[in-house]
Amino acid sequence: MRMTKVVRTVADLLYPFCMIFGLYVVAHGHLTPGGGFQGGAVIATATALLIAAHRYDDVSARVKSARMKVFESVGLLGFLILGFSAIILGQPAFRNWMLSRGSLFNDSVAFGVNPGALTTGGLMPLMNLAVGLEVLGALTIITLYMLSGTKEDPS
Amino acid sequence: MRIILGLTILLVLGAAFVHIASDVPFGKPAVTDMDDYFIANGQEQTGANNIVTGVLFDYRGLDTLIEATVLFTAVLGVSVMFRKLKEGEQYEND
Repeated sequence: MRMTKVVRTVADLLYPFCMIFGLYVVAHGHLTPGGGFQGGAVIATATALLIAAHRYDDVSARVKSARMKVFESVGLLGFLILGFSAIILGQPAFRNWMLSRGSLFNDSVAFGVNPGALTTGGLMPLMNLAVGLEVLGALTIITLYMLSGTKEDPS
Repeated sequence: MRIILGLTILLVLGAAFVHIASDVPFGKPAVTDMDDYFIANGQEQTGANNIVTGVLFDYRGLDTLIEATVLFTAVLGVSVMFRKLKEGEQYEND
């Protein structure tokens, strides 16, 4: 079953904004409320929105669950590697060794109340990205599988 | 009769919950040592303005890793549940 043209058009218009907002929540995880888990859930919601407006078959042809499995695995693997990369450098696991070292994400933090800069946080924004990738893949797969009952031509 | 019984149980349980909840002062936890430590040192030690993220990904990083693994396992379970049947395979309870 597909919704009317009005619903489909509005869903198509809102879809990119959902994705951008989710990416914003993930990328600003170390500055504003939110983070990998929440942002990934927001991005997965965009797929649910598409399925609600269009037919399941149309959406699952575009949003492939095989690709989402890759996202999920790469995210979890990346988080593992980032977390235990401190051990290779001779430091305790999950230590933020990247903090104030002078490359990406390494500006020193201003202490006290401040709006914050995106380039601070060391390992933390990268971990947020990895977890966001994992959650986006996982929740999209769950959404796709659970809504596969609304498929129209069982093949 | 059943309605009276249900209403009685509801009232007793509700009164118990309200009594318990009214005893706990809101916004004044009994022990705040750890919270105070995180609020005082979190920004300096983790380099994140968002202390919740600081706790999640730095102080409790291993916990977050296991949390992500739980989600991975959940997806594994769901995809096993919704898999396609093989040729000639039947549902167990049919």
